[in-house]
Amino acid sequence: MDLNYFLILSAFLFCVGVYGVLARKNGVLVLMSVELMLNAVSINLIAFSAFQHNVSGQIFALFVITIAAAEVGVGLAIVLLIYRNLKSPDLDKIDELKG
Amino acid sequence: MWEQDVAFWIIALAMAAASIGVVRSRNIVHAALYLVVVLAGAAALYILLVAEFVAWVQVLIYIGAVVILFLFGIMLTRAPMGTEAGQLDNDQRWGAAVVALFLLGVLVALLVDAFGGTNIRFSDALVAQGKTATVGDSLFRNFLVPFEVVSMLLLGALVGAVVLARRD
Repeated sequence: MDLNYFLILSAFLFCVGVYGVLARKNGVLVLMSVELMLNAVSINLIAFSAFQHNVSGQIFALFVITIAAAEVGVGLAIVLLIYRNLKSPDLDKIDELKG
Repeated sequence: MWEQDVAFWIIALAMAAASIGVVRSRNIVHAALYLVVVLAGAAALYILLVAEFVAWVQVLIYIGAVVILFLFGIMLTRAPMGTEAGQLDNDQRWGAAVVALFLLGVLVALLVDAFGGTNIRFSDALVAQGKTATVGDSLFRNFLVPFEVVSMLLLGALVGAVVLARRD
């Protein structure tokens, strides 16, 4: 099977994630787009693991999944705090540093 | 080998459509459910690439835990369920589309140039490598220190999330 199938699909998912991070206003949806990007990276790692016949890629994918779980936990706690303080989960309401 | 190609294209098209759904859906719960389709598709791709253990970890942790966390987040922040445009998106949509398309163009050109025509060989060695025993052996033999570091990181993240979200 062509290695590029997997790599180009993962590049597409990554770019969709970039679009979501830039275009979404709601904090939860931004975190979902970050998950898309992390998944694209995992697909890349697994594809290269199969291509090189080296199990390290799978181990790294496991680490990426673990980090993603930690990131979602802390990220959602932060979005919850933003909601409590500003009464809205929208990230563009956080403009208190603007002069 | 054509069965694998057919399976790949079905999974890839479903994942691409669902990922567009995640970033374009006007209903935040629908976006979370589209995310489930993308994550399940990724797990199916891992099985296609003979990485069974990672595939099941993906199903358990992503679909089982992370999506539930997202649904809790949606519930706790009382996200708008309305369908009018502009409630979930900000006004830099076109700029974001330009950036994403540019990045996609650069990445695809680079990948075609670097890996065009390279094939993944599905041999018996690859099947043996996907076994849970091999993954566990490598994890606890070659990656023991990173494994422990990541456990401490998870503990720290857990405590941090509790401290942040607790009401005093």
